Order: sequence, then C-alpha cells, then structure tokens
Amino acid sequence: MMELSLIDMVFYLFSAVTVASGMLVISARNPVHSVLWLILAFFSAAGLFVLMGAEFLAMLLVVVYVGAVAVLFLFVVMMLDINFTELRQGMLQHLPLGGLVGFILLGELVALAVAWNFGADVAKNAASPAPIDTATTNTEALGQLLYTDYIFIFQTAGLILLVAMIGAIVLTLRDRPGVRRQNISVQVQRKPGEAYDLVDVDTGKGVSLPGKKG
Amino acid sequence: MTVGLGHYLTVAAILFVFGIFGIFLNRKNVIIILMSIELMLLAVNINLVAFSTFQGDMAGQVLAMFVLTVAAAEAAIGLAILVVYFRSRGSIAVEDINQMKG
Repeated sequence: MMELSLIDMVFYLFSAVTVASGMLVISARNPVHSVLWLILAFFSAAGLFVLMGAEFLAMLLVVVYVGAVAVLFLFVVMMLDINFTELRQGMLQHLPLGGLVGFILLGELVALAVAWNFGADVAKNAASPAPIDTATTNTEALGQLLYTDYIFIFQTAGLILLVAMIGAIVLTLRDRPGVRRQNISVQVQRKPGEAYDLVDVDTGKGVSLPGKKG
Repeated sequence: MTVGLGHYLTVAAILFVFGIFGIFLNRKNVIIILMSIELMLLAVNINLVAFSTFQGDMAGQVLAMFVLTVAAAEAAIGLAILVVYFRSRGSIAVEDINQMKG
C-alpha cells in the first residue's frame, strides 16, 4: 500500500478537478456551463499554485481569471443571442482529426518527459538565476524582483493592458442614431439671448409662442 | 512516491492537450475556441510555476505573471472582436468569417 501524505492527496485532488473540469470545458453542451467549468479549472489550478508555494500568483489567478476574464466570457455568452445547437452540428466529424492531433501531441510530450532529465548544473548555468528567498513571503520576493530586474518588462505589461483596454473600447463603441446625448460644447456656448425671448404683449390680444402651434 | 516536478508537468500536459482538442472539437464556436486558448495558457502557467519552484528560480513566477497579463489582454480583445462581428453578421460561426476577405 502506497503511503500518501496530506500534501500528495491535496495535489491529486486539485489536479483531478483541474483535468476533469478542463475536459468538461470543451465538451459541455451549453457554453454557460463551459464558462462555469472554466472557473472551476482556474480555482483548482490556483490550489495547485498554492501547493507549489506561489501564493501571490494563485491569488492573482483567482482575481484576474475568475474575477475578470471568466466573468467577461459569461457576459458575452449570455449577451449575444446565439443559436448554440446550430454551432454544435458537425462537431463529431472533427473528432477523429482532433483526437489524432491530441494523441500525437500527448505522445510527443510523454516521449519528451521520458527521455529528458536535468543536468546536474542547470541551475548554476542559468543566465540570471533568481534564487527563491525562503526568508520572505512569496509576494515580497516577487515584488523585489518585479520592481528591480524586470521593471521595464513590467511597464511594458502595463502598456499592453492599456492598449487592450483602448482597443476593446474603440472596437465596441458605436454611435447609435436616435439616441439623445449630452453635448457639452453646445451647452457651454449657449447665450442668454438664445434661451428666452422677450415679447411685448398687447392688452387683450395674447401671444403665440414660437415653439408652440395654435 | 512524493509529488514532484513530473506530476505537475503531467497535469499541465494533459490540460494543454485538452486545449488543442477543444479547438478541433468546437471548430464552429469562437467562444469555446477562446476558452480552449485560455486553458492552454493556464497549462503553460502551471509549467512555468512548477519549473520555478523545483528549480528554485523566482524568474519563472515573474514570467507566469506576464503570461497572465497577455492572456487577459487577449481575452478582452478577442471578445470585443467577437461582439463587433456578431453585431454585423448576427452569428459567430467561424465558417462565415472567411467571407471577410477583401
């Protein structure tokens, strides 16, 4: 009987949930269910990250993927009125080709894993090894690295997010006709004389207002 | 047998293959294809973090963070393009997209 420690059992639990929900993402009938399985896969992958000691990345995964990306997917799936059963037609005819490619890839990965091992001095020879500092927390160690050695790449990542944000806004913004909008320059340029008319009313005759008929 | 690098790499490999498989399986549905790409990027992230931990090099986690950033940007842009395409065509079938050449 193989002895399993608690950490091993937690690993097997999380990895089984990750793989199973990954399977269900691609095979679920309803895309909403697919998104929900994707969220479960992200959560359990975050559990794996915690097991590996990357707590900050695990929390980032929960915040960014589950909180932003998956909710974005959910929005789009529910917002667009799509006939999903029509899209699923002919799904099985791609199964052999997809299965073939998948199995070839998996076989290659297995062959690689069997044939490959680390040399004894790989870590020593790495270009710029940044040893994990066990004295500090994972977040602090990551920050120490991110804001010093990787500051320019970090800034570039921020720029990429900015470009993505502007791109998404520009793509989806549209001018719909017949929608009243506030036009600030017109409001600011408005003069008192245009806002009202002074009319001398003759006694007993009344007055016809310019905006009103009759 | 304690859990080591190979275990994590196996999980990531299976997840990556599921991502590729999903692209082939759901060829008509762009949303599922985007989700499959997210799955593949998640597998890549698991690989990066596993190597980072078991090699004792913090740089892998930094790189995983950048992969996360690019994945988020890609999902946002992809879904924005999808919404625009749906508005103009009323469908998201991949086969219709080849009519855009011009």
